[in-house]
Amino acid sequence: MDFLRSKRKSANKAKERLKLVLIHDRTDLPPGVMEDLRDELIEVISRHIQVDREHVRIQVNQDGRDQHLVAEIPLKPASKGRGR
Amino acid sequence: MITITSGKGGVGKTTATANLGAALAAEGRKVCCIDGDIGLRNLDVVLGLENRIVYDIVDVVEGRCKLRQAMIRDKRLPELYLIPAAQTRDKSALSPSDMIRLTDELRGEVDYIVIDSPAGIERGFRNAIAPADEVVIITNPEVSAVRDADRIIGLIEAEQKGPAKLVINRLNAAMVKRGDMLAPEDVLELLAIELIGLVPEDENVIVSSNSGSPIVLDPKSRAGQAFRNIARRLMGEDVPFLDLDADGGLLNRLSRLMGRGG
Repeated sequence: MDFLRSKRKSANKAKERLKLVLIHDRTDLPPGVMEDLRDELIEVISRHIQVDREHVRIQVNQDGRDQHLVAEIPLKPASKGRGR
Repeated sequence: MITITSGKGGVGKTTATANLGAALAAEGRKVCCIDGDIGLRNLDVVLGLENRIVYDIVDVVEGRCKLRQAMIRDKRLPELYLIPAAQTRDKSALSPSDMIRLTDELRGEVDYIVIDSPAGIERGFRNAIAPADEVVIITNPEVSAVRDADRIIGLIEAEQKGPAKLVINRLNAAMVKRGDMLAPEDVLELLAIELIGLVPEDENVIVSSNSGSPIVLDPKSRAGQAFRNIARRLMGEDVPFLDLDADGGLLNRLSRLMGRGG
């Protein structure tokens, strides 16, 4: 399957573009809102726990015709000084 | 009662309606096709019945004729009828409840009613899906058609007419093979609904509509074969999908996909 995909050219582009467009069509979620959502999530979670801001990823995944908002928020390791 | 719709115009709704109606009639079922595109009547010319129109659907709804008088009988397939769209009147002449009343009267008379929906998501589309028991969405393997199909699928779910079934029309196997056309598996993955037909691009579709003879009546056409298969699937038969690719690659990939989906 993978070697077939790597041969794809414009069809592959079409699929990737459609994936994103359909997610926004289905959820009424403009692409710009995702960035705001990311920043606000980081802010809220950072109040309680240290977050690795550079590697936070937030996206909408498709599962059949359902959409899931998936946030991957890596945490910073506890600093040694805090060990009890 | 089956409604054929697509969202986008020009993907082959009218051709599909004409051919599915003709194929069901050729299988011995009594079928009435309804042109739901008020103001832009076309199903009559594709079926070659344009010279026999006396009354249209708005005449029936407004009581100027009986339902039977507006049903044009196809001479090649005596079990096939057409109720044409009105050509000159405004689109508000018909409402969803008019459609439900009219088709309720028809239900007792025929085995299948196939409604050709207009493009778009406005009144004509709502009229066409109001009476539907089953909705078939036609799309092409092309970004704008797939996007519009997705919108329509969402609207049909919201109207509780789903789940709709999908026909991918105008597949060009050579283009899919060289990676320049969305493959059926891509479209299915994006839209996530049940596939009921794959129709290859076929010049004979234009030839047959030129002469007003549905392509399902041409035993040699591959598109005709594809539409005959869809008709049999609509009748509940389990028909394998056409091998669109000479070396079977596409079919193999697709059957794997279907197997995975259950």
